[in-house]
Amino acid sequence: MNKLIVEPPPHIRTSNSTGRIMLHVIIALIPAFAASVIIFGIRAAVVTVTCVASCVFFEYFFRKITKKEQTVSDLSAAVTGILLAFNLPVTLPLYMVIIGAFVAIVVVKQMFGGIGQNFANPAIVARIVLMMSFTPQMSSWVKPFYYKMSVPDAVTTASPLGAEVPPGYADLFLGINAGSLGETCALALLIGFVYLLAARVIRPVTPVAFVGVFAAATFFAGGDVLTGILSGGLLLGAIFMATDYATTPLTPLGKIIFGAGCGVITFAIRQFGTMPEGVAFSILIMNILTPYIDKLTRPTPFGAGTGKQSGKEMP
Amino acid sequence: MILNTVRLPHFDASADKKTVKLPLPKKVIISLSQSIGASCEPLVKKGDAVLTGQLIGDSDAFVSVPVHASVSGTVTGETEILSVNGRLSRAVVIHTDSLQKICEDLKPPVINNKESFLKAIRGSGSVGLGGAGFPTHVKLSFDSKKTPVDSLIINGAECEPYITSDYREIIENSQNIANGIKLVMKYLEIPTAIIGIERDKPLAIERMREIVANNPEINVKPLSLRYPQGAEKILIYKTTGRTVREDERPYSAGCLVLNISTVAFIAEYVKTGIPMIKRRLTIDGDIVNKAVNVSVPIGTTLSELLQSADARIIPDRVIFGGPMMGSCVYDPDTPVGKTTSALLLFGNSKLKKESACIRCGKCIGSCSMNLSPVEINKAYDASNKPLLKKLRVGLCMNCGSCSYVCPAKRNISEKNQLAKQLIKG
Repeated sequence: MNKLIVEPPPHIRTSNSTGRIMLHVIIALIPAFAASVIIFGIRAAVVTVTCVASCVFFEYFFRKITKKEQTVSDLSAAVTGILLAFNLPVTLPLYMVIIGAFVAIVVVKQMFGGIGQNFANPAIVARIVLMMSFTPQMSSWVKPFYYKMSVPDAVTTASPLGAEVPPGYADLFLGINAGSLGETCALALLIGFVYLLAARVIRPVTPVAFVGVFAAATFFAGGDVLTGILSGGLLLGAIFMATDYATTPLTPLGKIIFGAGCGVITFAIRQFGTMPEGVAFSILIMNILTPYIDKLTRPTPFGAGTGKQSGKEMP
Repeated sequence: MILNTVRLPHFDASADKKTVKLPLPKKVIISLSQSIGASCEPLVKKGDAVLTGQLIGDSDAFVSVPVHASVSGTVTGETEILSVNGRLSRAVVIHTDSLQKICEDLKPPVINNKESFLKAIRGSGSVGLGGAGFPTHVKLSFDSKKTPVDSLIINGAECEPYITSDYREIIENSQNIANGIKLVMKYLEIPTAIIGIERDKPLAIERMREIVANNPEINVKPLSLRYPQGAEKILIYKTTGRTVREDERPYSAGCLVLNISTVAFIAEYVKTGIPMIKRRLTIDGDIVNKAVNVSVPIGTTLSELLQSADARIIPDRVIFGGPMMGSCVYDPDTPVGKTTSALLLFGNSKLKKESACIRCGKCIGSCSMNLSPVEINKAYDASNKPLLKKLRVGLCMNCGSCSYVCPAKRNISEKNQLAKQLIKG
């Protein structure tokens, strides 16, 4: 007999893999990427490609110099790159994009042990760091289709959350408004959402709880619910960042609590805070609470406890 | 409560393959440890002539079953084999004389009450044929005054892919199954029986329904196509809605679960007196051209079985049992035991490499016992015994669902078993 493999059972495995899950996420982000290029022009692609390339490079480089197994092929660095780019204004200088990628991959992800080990969402923290460090550049927004306009018209404008007169619902839904490059087009993000659900990559609970609680709070506070949902980074955050496996709770109940917490905090920051947007901070705060949520929502084992207290459970 | 389960591919190419008897092997190696519990002491020595069905090993321990010669021939010695549970066990080697002369001591047992029934069952060498190898007489020895059992549950779920051994039992021996059920119900005073069969085996369901048509106390219950439905606690919940608590046995919930092939064997034994000396197993796998069901004497070795396997290429993984819970074997002298339900051959296997856990939580969503395998694995890595106890790792039945669904290809269920050992030690 030739050489035989001896391994622990099970001897068959699902064809699903980490790389495939990440590929699904990338595919789900393509509509939003296409929308960003249409709305903000070719520079949206330049920012995204720069961000992805730097993230992948930093991941490769860090694993190389720390002599760890390469993880670039699991595509998680590429996903982080796309998500970070989507959280940036299209006009951000490229060196700042690269700094953001460094923060996301090296500081937040790799220094905590790499994929699955980071406690906070790398793209979210990188966005916050950039916002603190380069406030003017991070809060300068251009009008949609500015690249088609003559120079004087392409001035910076306020994002819908900071604007005096908010844009109409149709424009908000299609993404024809100012904002970070991947967050404006609700339609494209929702297509991605449906794709992720169909591919069984995420469960609907987190985004539904996030958006639902935010909408309810806004409604009771007398705000414009639809504008609140469609503007800023709410949908991008709820669909793609609050569903990150590593930094959010494990169980469906935990995910509901996580999403609801994000909704409340986002509402509170937008309503009462000094910043116009609160999605990134809400997700970061809930990331930090995730271990506690996990502990509280641990599943109850089937048949746990003694039979003496409960007796027979009849059908 | 809806239990978590997983959907597995079925690979049941062997389902319509009638059981064929393989040519008698030249030698058999019969393990003296064929069940959970104590190993038997050999009753024969080198040079002894033995007849088919002759008692060759027994033990005084209650949790142990006697072992019989599966062929007639000459004992050529004793050897040690690595049994699938990882322990070394003593085994008797018999060279066949190809006469298959039946031992004349074998007579149908005289049964007139529960006591003589249990004694007969022990004498038959019967173990649970589903895979765990629990001695049948021990399972039946519950105190029906203290814990009355009202439901006999017959496990025909056969939820592991590839294996169709129990299915063939239903198709080929349904009368034996019905007789066995009636015997157990009669002597253990169990009023009702439920036969659980997965929904994708309509022929088996129909066959069983026909045969028990005049017995309203025996019901056939079609089950959904989920894994691990054949696990005792899961099957009890699915068929009766009752929960077996972690510190209890099934009879505390009023249930007794027996494998469908085990009850068929009981009926056959009571009729003929021939002990458990042969085994039906499925030969299949991703490099097997024609899947088959074969009947072989207990102790037939892997190398003999391989000769009758129609494989395209030389396998690189050989498995005794199902793909979810079976064990890799590598020694050509590894013998078929009473619980060996399949021989699976796989080829062109890629060595699975574990990558980092991404906390997707799929292992939690797959665990029928509703455990948190991801946290158990972390607690094991940190040697955190109190947390492992709190996470109830002892409830893990090693069904392998968590490892199956893991996108990072981690050997989660293996680590759960290590964790169980850690808290025991």
